[in-house]
Amino acid sequence: MAKELKLMKGNEAIARAMIASGCDGYFGYPITPQSEVMETLMAEKPWETTGMVVLQAESEVASINMVYGGAATGKKVATSSSSPGISLMQEGMTYLAGAEIPCVVVNVMRGGPGLGTIQPSQSDYFQSTKGGGHGDYQLYTLAPASVQEMYDFVFDAWDIAFKYRNPVLILSDGAIGQCMEKLYTRDDMPRWTEEERRKNAPWGTWGKPADRNHNIVTSLELDSAKQEIFNHKLQAKYAEMKEKEVRYEMLNCEDADYIMVAYGSSSRIAMKAMQMAREKGIKVGLFRLITLFPFPTKQLAEVAAKVKGILCVEMSAGQMIEDVKLATECKVPVEHFGRFGGIIPTPGEVLKALEEKIVK
Amino acid sequence: MAFKGQIVIDTERCKGCAVCVQHCPKQVIALSKNVNGKGYNYLETVNEECIGCASCAVVCPDGCITVYKVKC
Amino acid sequence: MANLDIVKPENLVYQRTKVLTDATMHYCPGCGHGTTHRCVAEVIEELGIQDKTVGVAPVGCSVLAYNYFDVDFQEAAHGRAPALATAVKRLNPELNVFTYQGDGDLAAIGTAETIHAANRGENITMIFVNNGIYGMTGGQMAPTTLVGMRSATTPYGRNVERNGYPLRITELLATLPGTYYVTRQSVHTPAAVRKAKAAIKKAFEFQQQKKGLCFVEIVSNCNSGWKMTPVQANKWMEENMFPNYPIGDIKVDGKIAEGIDVNRLVLDHALEVVNK
Repeated sequence: MAKELKLMKGNEAIARAMIASGCDGYFGYPITPQSEVMETLMAEKPWETTGMVVLQAESEVASINMVYGGAATGKKVATSSSSPGISLMQEGMTYLAGAEIPCVVVNVMRGGPGLGTIQPSQSDYFQSTKGGGHGDYQLYTLAPASVQEMYDFVFDAWDIAFKYRNPVLILSDGAIGQCMEKLYTRDDMPRWTEEERRKNAPWGTWGKPADRNHNIVTSLELDSAKQEIFNHKLQAKYAEMKEKEVRYEMLNCEDADYIMVAYGSSSRIAMKAMQMAREKGIKVGLFRLITLFPFPTKQLAEVAAKVKGILCVEMSAGQMIEDVKLATECKVPVEHFGRFGGIIPTPGEVLKALEEKIVK
Repeated sequence: MAFKGQIVIDTERCKGCAVCVQHCPKQVIALSKNVNGKGYNYLETVNEECIGCASCAVVCPDGCITVYKVKC
Repeated sequence: MANLDIVKPENLVYQRTKVLTDATMHYCPGCGHGTTHRCVAEVIEELGIQDKTVGVAPVGCSVLAYNYFDVDFQEAAHGRAPALATAVKRLNPELNVFTYQGDGDLAAIGTAETIHAANRGENITMIFVNNGIYGMTGGQMAPTTLVGMRSATTPYGRNVERNGYPLRITELLATLPGTYYVTRQSVHTPAAVRKAKAAIKKAFEFQQQKKGLCFVEIVSNCNSGWKMTPVQANKWMEENMFPNYPIGDIKVDGKIAEGIDVNRLVLDHALEVVNK
């Protein structure tokens, strides 16, 4: 595949990756700090090239439901927003999961609660991984840490979404959305042909031919016995994701006395703090989460067994730390360090926290 | 021109709402004293005056009535 | 008593459409939902578009509509059907797309989706069943509940000071340039059913001609919610619902229908209510 080196914002990378990955439709609503996603799409006019539909909806509620309608016809449909808008989408997310509709949702997080701030934050971990909406469901959640990953993860997201018939969340934040970095782009993939759509989404509502029963996309099952069976099926799907689709990255963990666990922007700050610690002779490693769900429980537990302490670095009041404690079964001390409400910690602050809370 | 009609009622589907009864111009239909499997007093024909106008079938919410008609 | 000489295929004048499945509808006896379903299904059959039609029905009495229409179907969250239908149509312009919604869904929780789909002039057909009540949840007040009308949440009658005014969303939609055909019909008599079906057929044909959003309101009964027999409910509907929701075309060929003054309709209505 021809690769081209470019410089662009994370949000722009999301938009360009959607076009390049053969996305059929995008529905969105403006919100800082992710508005460049739709702005880029509108400027690119993909409806004239790939045939992709782009529409500005009247709200995030409408956006996510447009995703539902479009994706339920077996097409590749996406939306993006930032924390308050993603909160509005939670009803739609649980319906999408309940109706088993593949789609891609991007959250470029900002600080909360409420209207909060437009500055970057990572305080939507619980919402993303513990079910922001009602019912027992999970979103496959990818956490990019660079503009390159913002781009690449869109491609990966479609594969997972259609393989498991499940919504995929790309959980980014305002720092990665807004920062400009170099990245390699790919050639545009054509959108699916009619035949490919029907093959990849035989369940889709694309018009009932005479030789099959009507396809129904719904999350409703009034018979509780059947609904329980359906829930078991969902749980089996999530178990398979845990088995096969976990993604993470380990840096300097082999000889580490201590590790930091982080994802997204925080993992880059932690990486710098790790270098600073190593220069001081403290053997620190970094365990970077790439998938937040499924969480790399086994892999983290193995690393944790060899270290004396773990520092969780997250731009929140401490959300991811709960999964880290569960994974490590509290066999080693686990502490949290975070700045939040839109504040990004410095590597120096992280190092100080590491020394004070873990190394001691 | 006169018509002779005949309706066939899906008595198991019928919910006995009686909306059709008042719209029959020939008073051909009425609710039975008997009930169907769902417990509804279903629709039945009470005479042979049917002209096949299909008013009953058209107004039936559940599509229980099939209508046949011949010229006579 | 069946006259078997007459019961022959060549003499058939009316039978249940094949675009409805064999499932028994869960609607209460005499409910206009069943009749409206039949009208929509018969139109789909007559236009020969069963293989190119997708329906969307959200939460409410029609939440199980997908079991009855033998076409591909989506069930939407409460109020969101126009958003789903927008995307279905935009991504699949060759499909005939319709929503099937109740008054609580379309005119309360889904008002934004309704107004904006109409305002964008989406090429979809919206079927709006207005029975002035939330039927599925047990007969609570709807945005279209009449002043003074009793419901589970207005046990002493709808009170304007507490509950506001009945919403004539159909007139409101007719004022938007994105709507092409807006009409109000009923399905309580054979003549009314024939007119309603003709209106629904037009609404589908205009969609095929890409004319913009077509909106068919069906003023209907809710005999369970109104606590009446089906026959009484239809009479009550004629006497009480029709004066507030007058039957007929409101917008035809993209223009307000002859003799209809939407602004006056809305204004007169408001004044009437205030004077009461």
